[in-house]
Amino acid sequence: MNLDDLRDHLCSVYPDLCPLFSVEFGDGVLTVGPDALFSAANDLKNLGFDRLLMLTAVDRGEHFEYHCRLLSRAMSAAITLKTEIPRDRPSVASLVPLWPAADWQEREVFDLFGIRFAGHPDLRRILLPDEWEGYPLRKDYADPRVIRRPDYI
Amino acid sequence: MAIVDRIGAALDRSPGGVILTGVDALADWARGKSLWSMPMGTACCAMELIAASFNKFDFDRHGTFPRPDPRHTDVMIVAGTITYKMMPAVKRLYEQMPDPKWVIGMGNCTVSGGIFYYDTYSVVRGIEEFLPVDVFIAGCPPRPESLQDGILRLRELIEQESIAPGKRRERPLTLPSPEDGCGEGE
Repeated sequence: MNLDDLRDHLCSVYPDLCPLFSVEFGDGVLTVGPDALFSAANDLKNLGFDRLLMLTAVDRGEHFEYHCRLLSRAMSAAITLKTEIPRDRPSVASLVPLWPAADWQEREVFDLFGIRFAGHPDLRRILLPDEWEGYPLRKDYADPRVIRRPDYI
Repeated sequence: MAIVDRIGAALDRSPGGVILTGVDALADWARGKSLWSMPMGTACCAMELIAASFNKFDFDRHGTFPRPDPRHTDVMIVAGTITYKMMPAVKRLYEQMPDPKWVIGMGNCTVSGGIFYYDTYSVVRGIEEFLPVDVFIAGCPPRPESLQDGILRLRELIEQESIAPGKRRERPLTLPSPEDGCGEGE
């Protein structure tokens, strides 16, 4: 299924999601608000996106950008679910009830970005030691042990 | 010339297979010839460490072969990047090894953190932060020949040692251990 067919199918089943669909770098993207993430993900699952490929986040400075890549084997199509999470309230709904594969990936995002996933069954650090302070992939992370690369290298 | 070769040459010259030597020389000869290794392979250097054990390089001919239990081993070969999360486990494995024990740091990551020296929050910049290292081997990763050279150098170090408690080579460790809190985030 190509992107036009995917857009038509999405718009016919969920007209309210239609204006949120866009194409970025050749991939279908659905950009929703942080509060609407779970309902949009639920709609996409009902549409046939049965597999969660990956889930991650990006620090864009004033906010975090949340990315979730979904795959539908029946439709042979993939879509990215995107949302902006405010930095002062880094919390978003967990997708574990929909796709159990989100469990460890949300723990990793929590570990490295400090984004809380409401409804996650076991939200704790997964890569770093439990007593670690701070979230290293945030742009404003400060650790005195880190040695900055000088400009001449 | 290594003491191993000297003892072999002396046996050649000895008519009845009797040679006169010191207890330390005999002990160092025995220790140097059977350095069972604790393979602390955490990253890509472990591939070279594994290759060193197999038939092409066959480190068993030096008496060096990996054992699965630190309590069986004499030398810990730290082959790979050590993260702050891994550091307490490596330290604990080292403490489980019986004396006398030695450490070979294999690869640039064990020397200084290697390519992870700059801009990394998770990697220990050199295992000498928490282990008393006898021999460092540079390389990313070093070839098994370099590891072989490292083991022969370690054997030369062992030859200088004595089993007398008063003459034991001191390895003071003044750097902080994980128990002192250097494994925790700031």
